[in-house]
Amino acid sequence: MTTPANLKNQRRAYDVQEVRFHYPHSAPNAVPWVLQDVSFFLESGEMLGIVGPNGSGKTSLLRLLAKIVPEQQGVIRLFGKPLSVLRQEDVARDIGFVPQDVSQTFPFTVAETVLMGRFPHRHRTSWDLGFGWDSRADRAIAQRTMATMDVWRLAARSVTELSGGERQRVMIARSLAQDPRVLLLDEPTAFLDLQHQVEICALLHRLKEERGLAIVLVSHDLNLASQYCDRVLLLDQGRVVRLGSPADVIRQDVLETAYRCRVLVDCHPHSGLPRVTLPGRNRVM
Amino acid sequence: MSEAGLVEDAVFRKSTLGVGRWMTVIGILSAVALLLAVLCLQFGAQFVGIKEAVRMLNQMVGAPGGSESDVSTMATILLHVRLPRVVLGFLVGSCLAAVGVALQALLRNPLADPYVLGVSSGAALGVSIAVLFGVGTTALTVTALPICGFIGSLVALVVLYRMAASYDRLPIYSVLLAGVILNAICSALIMFITSIMDPSRSFGMMTWLMGSLTAPTYPTLLVFSLYALVCLGLLFRQVKVLNIMAFGEEAARSLGIDTECAKRHIFLVSALATGAVVSVSGMVGFIGMVVPHAVRLIVGADHRLVMPASALIGGTFLMVTDTFARTVVSPSELPVGIMTALVGGPFFVYLLVWRKDRMS
Repeated sequence: MTTPANLKNQRRAYDVQEVRFHYPHSAPNAVPWVLQDVSFFLESGEMLGIVGPNGSGKTSLLRLLAKIVPEQQGVIRLFGKPLSVLRQEDVARDIGFVPQDVSQTFPFTVAETVLMGRFPHRHRTSWDLGFGWDSRADRAIAQRTMATMDVWRLAARSVTELSGGERQRVMIARSLAQDPRVLLLDEPTAFLDLQHQVEICALLHRLKEERGLAIVLVSHDLNLASQYCDRVLLLDQGRVVRLGSPADVIRQDVLETAYRCRVLVDCHPHSGLPRVTLPGRNRVM
Repeated sequence: MSEAGLVEDAVFRKSTLGVGRWMTVIGILSAVALLLAVLCLQFGAQFVGIKEAVRMLNQMVGAPGGSESDVSTMATILLHVRLPRVVLGFLVGSCLAAVGVALQALLRNPLADPYVLGVSSGAALGVSIAVLFGVGTTALTVTALPICGFIGSLVALVVLYRMAASYDRLPIYSVLLAGVILNAICSALIMFITSIMDPSRSFGMMTWLMGSLTAPTYPTLLVFSLYALVCLGLLFRQVKVLNIMAFGEEAARSLGIDTECAKRHIFLVSALATGAVVSVSGMVGFIGMVVPHAVRLIVGADHRLVMPASALIGGTFLMVTDTFARTVVSPSELPVGIMTALVGGPFFVYLLVWRKDRMS
């Protein structure tokens, strides 16, 4: 387990220490922190699921990790370097970020959309006046990721005409075209039917195993987090309630406190991992 | 690359923009623009045929033929009235269309247009104030008026953005509403200014406000061209950024764009272009909305092509419209703004009412 290759793969993707955050528009004193004292780390080749009730700060945390909003206190290190000193473009070469819903007004084709993922890797020349024509290598990478995400047959379609699930897969393809070492996804399965949910999860698992990607996904789906994530982080009111293996976090007492309702947790018949179900209508026993 | 790979690459290239397609489209549009420019030079209160024009040019370089006075009147008409006006029309149209493209991408709103959003009104207000305080009569006019227009339109743009944006989101209708409010306020102030001017000057103001091109002197044209070309160049450099900004700021940041910086850059250049345009031509509306929309329908969404193609078509469109404006009721003239509004207004309604599904 301590071969050089392993050591290289096991580099720490994220080291998050004591992070606090609130949105700058809100009054500083009146409104409580959206996130406070959040600390965790993430290794390459690991999948972390962020779960929690509505408004618990899940998406804010993901946006912090992607450097879309700046942290106000604390440090987030990406492969050892503080995120705050990295340029946006350097971050984009390492992190692929898939927002929850990307609606589009203009009729870009799917192929054009995926090719945009090559933007952070573009060559800077002054002769092309900023038009940045795509190289053959860029096209090849875009084609590969489109094949991976099964959107190849949509290549010439306009992104405005896609279904929610198709669009989601196109956006994942685009972030993979960035050739990132970290993938951040906000509710990646929210618009997907069962078949595509399973496909996306299997694919994320494969990316993690084969390419050693570090993956963070925010999800409302506790079962998905339980089945596919190596570790689960449960947020409530901006604080980390619990962080650990699915068996550690997806527990009846923990969930009932965080979500303030009754849930049933039993074992998945195949994987043996925890499974969450609604309590159902009360019956007289 | 394997054979299958090559076939796939061919399919892929068809659905993205390549240098070949870019050259073809831009080549055709440039040729059409040149051809129409020649036609526009011929039409006017007096038709000038190609033969006569050639004869006149010969005369000017010293070749014999034709009667002196005849040729010199025509030369004056062509070189000092029509040519500068055609060039001005083309540049004004290009700038308006290019600014329209930039604002639409940045605000993710297909209805954005400097006129609709009140940015032109802001510029007009800036220019009116300058004229009120007598800048219009000094030697500085040519350079100072575009700057005043720039300040006005920049203020308008920033106010618009502040009013419409909430937490990184820019709802289409709140952008439009903010534009309506801005337009109302600026128009009221402009009317106030016009009403306290002396009547002889206020008539000129009204004609200018309706949007009209008048043949500029060459120094004026030169200064305006400088503004216009610099702005167009700066907007063209942002085409790739605009492509990505069209997917929203969150997505743009995650692809490595410093969105605040990009926004500032594009707003500044758009305001400068609008200011310069309004200072020479008043309120010519809807070109910035109609032209990019038509262009997108034909060539797709990639701004690397949409931006230059819109500039070319916008320029050609205004050049031709202006030729109509100065010929249909000749020897009198219509303000060209009236004609563009008559075309653009119904188009706006069409987009708003029938294409609602695309808006939300």
